[in-house]
Amino acid sequence: MKFQKIISALFLTVAFSMLTHAQLQLNGAGATFPYVIYSKWFDEYKKETGVQFNYQSIGSGGGIKQVIEGTVDFGASDGPMTDQQLADAQKKQGTTILHIPTVMGADVVCYNVSGISKGLNLDGETLSNIFLGKIIKWNDGRIKKLNPKINLPNKSIVVAHRSDGSGTTFIFTDYLTKVSKEWETKVGKGTSVNWPVGLGGKGNEGVAGLVKQMDGAIGYVELAYAVQNKIHYAAMKNKSGNFVEAEFASVSAAAEGASKNMPEDLRVSITDADGKDAYPISGFTWLLVYQNMKNEAKANALVKFLKWSMKKGQTYASGLYYAPLPKAVVKMCEKKIDLITANGKKIK
Amino acid sequence: MQANTKQTEHKRNIFLKKIFGSQNFGDLIFERLTLLFAVFVFLLVILMGYEMYIGSKISIEKFGWSFLTNSVWDPVQEIYGALPIIYGTVVSSFLALILSVPLSIGIAIFLSELSPGWLEKPLSFLVELLAGIPSVVYGLWGIFVLVPWIRNDVEPFLSERLGFLPFFRGAPYGFGMLAAVLILSIMVLPIVASISRDILKSVPQSQREAALALGATRWQSTKIVLKDARSGIFGATMLGLGRAVGETMAVTMVIGNRALISPSLFDPAYTMASVIANEFSEATSDMYLSALIQLALVLFVITIFINAFAKLLVWSMERKLGTR
Amino acid sequence: MNPSKFFHIKRKVTSVIMMSLSLVATLIALVPLVFIFYYTISKGISYLNIDFFIAMPKPVGETGGGMANAIAGTLLLIGIGGVIGIPVGVMTGTYLSEFGNNKFGSVVRFLTDVLSGVPSIVVGVVAYTLVVIPMKHFSALAGGIALGILMIPTITRTTEEMIKLVPHSLREAGLALGIPKWKTTILIVLKTAWKGIATGILLGLSRAAGETAPLLFTALGNRFWSTKVGQPIASLSVYIYDYAKAPFEDWNQQAWTAALVLMLMISILSLTFRIVTRSKYKTK
Repeated sequence: MKFQKIISALFLTVAFSMLTHAQLQLNGAGATFPYVIYSKWFDEYKKETGVQFNYQSIGSGGGIKQVIEGTVDFGASDGPMTDQQLADAQKKQGTTILHIPTVMGADVVCYNVSGISKGLNLDGETLSNIFLGKIIKWNDGRIKKLNPKINLPNKSIVVAHRSDGSGTTFIFTDYLTKVSKEWETKVGKGTSVNWPVGLGGKGNEGVAGLVKQMDGAIGYVELAYAVQNKIHYAAMKNKSGNFVEAEFASVSAAAEGASKNMPEDLRVSITDADGKDAYPISGFTWLLVYQNMKNEAKANALVKFLKWSMKKGQTYASGLYYAPLPKAVVKMCEKKIDLITANGKKIK
Repeated sequence: MQANTKQTEHKRNIFLKKIFGSQNFGDLIFERLTLLFAVFVFLLVILMGYEMYIGSKISIEKFGWSFLTNSVWDPVQEIYGALPIIYGTVVSSFLALILSVPLSIGIAIFLSELSPGWLEKPLSFLVELLAGIPSVVYGLWGIFVLVPWIRNDVEPFLSERLGFLPFFRGAPYGFGMLAAVLILSIMVLPIVASISRDILKSVPQSQREAALALGATRWQSTKIVLKDARSGIFGATMLGLGRAVGETMAVTMVIGNRALISPSLFDPAYTMASVIANEFSEATSDMYLSALIQLALVLFVITIFINAFAKLLVWSMERKLGTR
Repeated sequence: MNPSKFFHIKRKVTSVIMMSLSLVATLIALVPLVFIFYYTISKGISYLNIDFFIAMPKPVGETGGGMANAIAGTLLLIGIGGVIGIPVGVMTGTYLSEFGNNKFGSVVRFLTDVLSGVPSIVVGVVAYTLVVIPMKHFSALAGGIALGILMIPTITRTTEEMIKLVPHSLREAGLALGIPKWKTTILIVLKTAWKGIATGILLGLSRAAGETAPLLFTALGNRFWSTKVGQPIASLSVYIYDYAKAPFEDWNQQAWTAALVLMLMISILSLTFRIVTRSKYKTK
């Protein structure tokens, strides 16, 4: 009978899959912010070595959570783990979590307003007012003041934000907290916050999708998503009073100051950084790895990959709109990578 | 030799009968084996509830009933109040039912009372086909076809004509309550329609014949049939409600995902199922996860009640008519 | 005009209006069906080629590629689901029809109905806490278990109803021959009802193939080829979700194609279902 054939075929698939042993695969999950470069890295790395890194972009919040629960081999986040979270992980997994910065990126404030192409200027105060729901029209006086040359339409502003836990949100709200007292008291910073206004989209791609589909929309996404989707994004006024567009140079400028006094555990915020060319909504993105891993083969593979990412991996960054790590930070990372052990044994 | 084995077998049977009080050992095993699986299903449902209760314990202890009445859902402050989410779930489901139940009853009437036999089968098949489309495909269609249409045509039209009502105010996002209601009403329709049709068909033919013989029109005889089938149709509606309340993917993809209580159908909203889908794998703290599991528990309990109620109505209807 | 005649006409007119309204309702219901099919086919077909079935997904920004891993993943997931759902469903259904005329039977029957109404996302949450957390791994197994749980009510109810349809005379004939009840049930009753039960199983499998919500945090996803039960695995439905909300047009395109392929898979399953049911009536 046909039906029985189908069923037995299904059973066979199951049985077969239980018997076969594919090559080594490591599973990771977390931030969507570096998803583009990670998928490129893992693809290239698989071609070179045959080792598979399966990475699912479920959001930084998810990355942290799964690392604490031990459901992944490594996590990824754009917001560093809090001390509490590190302690939880230590308790549940019995090992320290290392933060390894991989690349840097920028959150851009992207918009879709018919009639306005490139070149919108914004500052922190105005931006926080838009996201607080206090500025609701594009032709509001406060936006006009920053953009005297642009003919702003009398159109409602549609705010788009992330609906999931996200490091992109962390960097963005970290910035708004630094520049606006009201934001700090009313909303605060975190991987997910209680948004005063707006529509929620899942993932960078969700927000980019929302902005792209709606006239009058404003949102924040990681630079690569805005560029690849040809969405316009605003120049932001930095601490020195200059309007700066997000690009490698301005992100690196933000990192430069930070790399000088980098904390030992590499958890650092570089939003609203000093420096006259520094782009103010910049941040590192981290891989979260267990200092002591139980599976030696996996530990070996991960260390090899991390070292690869610090050298060859960095060369892919600029092509995909990420800023490569400053040399000094790479050195610090390599030291960290050497700390990884398998069941207490050093990895050669 | 033969007689000997027979004798021992007989002895064994008597022995077993003494122990188990059953006639046949094989029967007993068979019954116990199937019973085992039935117990498994029984335990599974209990386990599901228990597991969610344990998982949500810290949130239940911290928030108690305020979980259901507080309207702030704030992962930063770790305050979890599900009121706007429950509101979104209830409103989207009920509006969807208001749209789809009259249509479904219309379909059921057409299929059971009017349509000629050759048409009924293919039409029923088409309606059931609607039920077979995966939820995520509805969502895909929602994002790329329904939402742009709502944003460009429906919402501007509504706000121009009916903008004086609080329900049709605000910026036309496309994504939002209206899109969710429309997509849910399409998804609920085949369920309510096909169950209602079965119920109408189960009303004895004699009822119609009696009415028609007395000179009633088609509509009048249908009204009598509908009256008989009232509680069954209501049960079908409840089953549709159960589906709408728990629907996840399609709603998540079009509703705008924001915990907000707003009278306007243009505004984004959130439902329990879509909160879980969006935030579950990303909840960072134990309290956050616990709150989400509690949401799942609330959803679980609500759907149990809805389904139990619906089943009771449909059963009572079937019993009343003494079908089969 | 004679008042009774007037009422007569009024009644006739109301009747015609109401009955045509029911026709209109039927037609309205078919509109979204036509639209969904139209878009899925017209948008999905442009990407449908051999590569889609045999190639792997490409990283963002590179065009082309396929979803071989997701197709295999969906099959594997419903396979695991079936391994759990089919025996549990069939055995529980058998219990309910053969021995279930007692309190416990009604409780189980009720719980099966409850289970059929439980939102699939809730089943996903349970599978996460029951399988993913203790195993410390997102896995095809966790996804399959979630799907298996979702299949149970459909299969149980069909089994019970199909067994009840088996004529009593058959059963009595078996018992009269001195065959023990369990053998009668398996050899005669189940064998007779088997085709009907099979349709229930196929229905359960095809529904499971389209499920997305319970897979989000159980099977997770995988960009590589994997058939390991203990590893995360890709599925067509999760791919549709991911690719639909992505801002890359190429991915949106592929989401439509994945939707088309998924619906084709489901249609093939239900077509088998139709054929099986039809032959059942023919043999009768």
